[in-house]
Amino acid sequence: MSNIRLIARLDIKGPNLIKGIHLEGLRIIGLPNEYALKYYLQGADELIYMDCVASLYGRNKLSDIIMAAAKDIFIPMTVGGGIRSVDDATAALRVGADKIAVNTAAVANPKLISDIAQRFGNQCMVLSIEAKQVGKDRWEVYTDNGREHTGLDVIEWAKYGVSMGAGEILLTSVDNEGTRKGYDIPLVKAVSAAVDVPLIASGGMGRPEDLLAVVDADADGIAMADILHYNRVVISDIRTLAENEGLSVRYYEKT
Amino acid sequence: MKKPEVIVIDYGVGNLLSVQRGLEKCGAKVIVTCNPKIILDGNRVVMPGVGAFSNAMKALKDLGLIVVLNELAKRKTPLLGICLGMQLLLDESEEFGMTKGLGLIPGRVIPVPNQTNTGKKQKIPHIGWSSLQNSHSKGWGNTLLQNNKPGDDAYFVHSFMAVPSDSNNLIAECNYGGIKIAAMIGKDQITGCQFHPEKSGEVGLEILRNFCVN
Repeated sequence: MSNIRLIARLDIKGPNLIKGIHLEGLRIIGLPNEYALKYYLQGADELIYMDCVASLYGRNKLSDIIMAAAKDIFIPMTVGGGIRSVDDATAALRVGADKIAVNTAAVANPKLISDIAQRFGNQCMVLSIEAKQVGKDRWEVYTDNGREHTGLDVIEWAKYGVSMGAGEILLTSVDNEGTRKGYDIPLVKAVSAAVDVPLIASGGMGRPEDLLAVVDADADGIAMADILHYNRVVISDIRTLAENEGLSVRYYEKT
Repeated sequence: MKKPEVIVIDYGVGNLLSVQRGLEKCGAKVIVTCNPKIILDGNRVVMPGVGAFSNAMKALKDLGLIVVLNELAKRKTPLLGICLGMQLLLDESEEFGMTKGLGLIPGRVIPVPNQTNTGKKQKIPHIGWSSLQNSHSKGWGNTLLQNNKPGDDAYFVHSFMAVPSDSNNLIAECNYGGIKIAAMIGKDQITGCQFHPEKSGEVGLEILRNFCVN
């Protein structure tokens, strides 16, 4: 297994970094790239930019933000929200994205997954899944930032997405998102066991210790938002905890 | 001082902007082009790349760049292949059936094994930060890693890996589930990185800086 990846997730609405609870009730935090640069310098292993309203309005304003970020930030960037076609993916890669996350459009048209994977490789195609619990060990796939239910079972959808060419899964628990109560461990465990591609857990990180259970559940990376945006911890706190607990993380020397 | 000039080959694959920005951060003047004549006259050439091996070879062929790359090797022009751009340097790849590569460094490209050395399930692609280990009998002096140290972490994202047939061409390795993966290979003025130096923070920028000045 690789080092566990410590990933800063930036949810974007228009020009702003925002944060909600259960992906709703969005509050403006600040300018995305001020935070992105701060997290880069803190030693984030990766950044995820997610345009929260792009699917709703069918527009993607993220390009300018990504292009500006690529000037100073030299870690991988995943971009999602409003990617509906191979052309959208191409445009995002051209402005500096390394990976493309697709949720809503993949549910509407699963062939988009294989189209993007064939064109740019599986490693570029991240299947973003928004999951809501609907019963014991059962979760349903949601789209449009947790607003629309699909009737799809999360585990089955994850397997299908990987068979179509997704090279990574970004798994967001809508139930836990923004609540600070920790990741949805049974969900992470169930999806990770069902697929053989890396999995990034998202939603619920409230304190550094929440890392331990999710790594134990076989997540390969953790996405963090709230915990970082409100300065409750810095990334090095989490790295130090991981090191003390014997988890392997990227060695990062403060510059 | 005049800025060092670096050509980035644009053959239709990958995130060229990040490579360009990384090189610019290291003080280079970057020209992104697919023009064979400009590439041939370059002082330093970078071949990036993500995607499928066979598509990339076809694109290089269609653009008339295979001859150019061979000529660069003859002229001993510094050439840096990144990720798929590194794999293309080898003789052949098993990706989607056997495809011939550029053959500038002897060896082949095979899938990253989907089991660890203890038989456990291993996730593919290999995505993430892995540490660079010295596998070069002569150390890292005179390589692009000369200012780095063993244990430095770099960002990898790949499903296939290079296996150079001459261990003298192996500069650095990383360990993925007990499997040793070629992280950097090199021969004469040609270097290949399996990881992305433009995505590996300061560790990677140091490598690009070396490429720009040496």
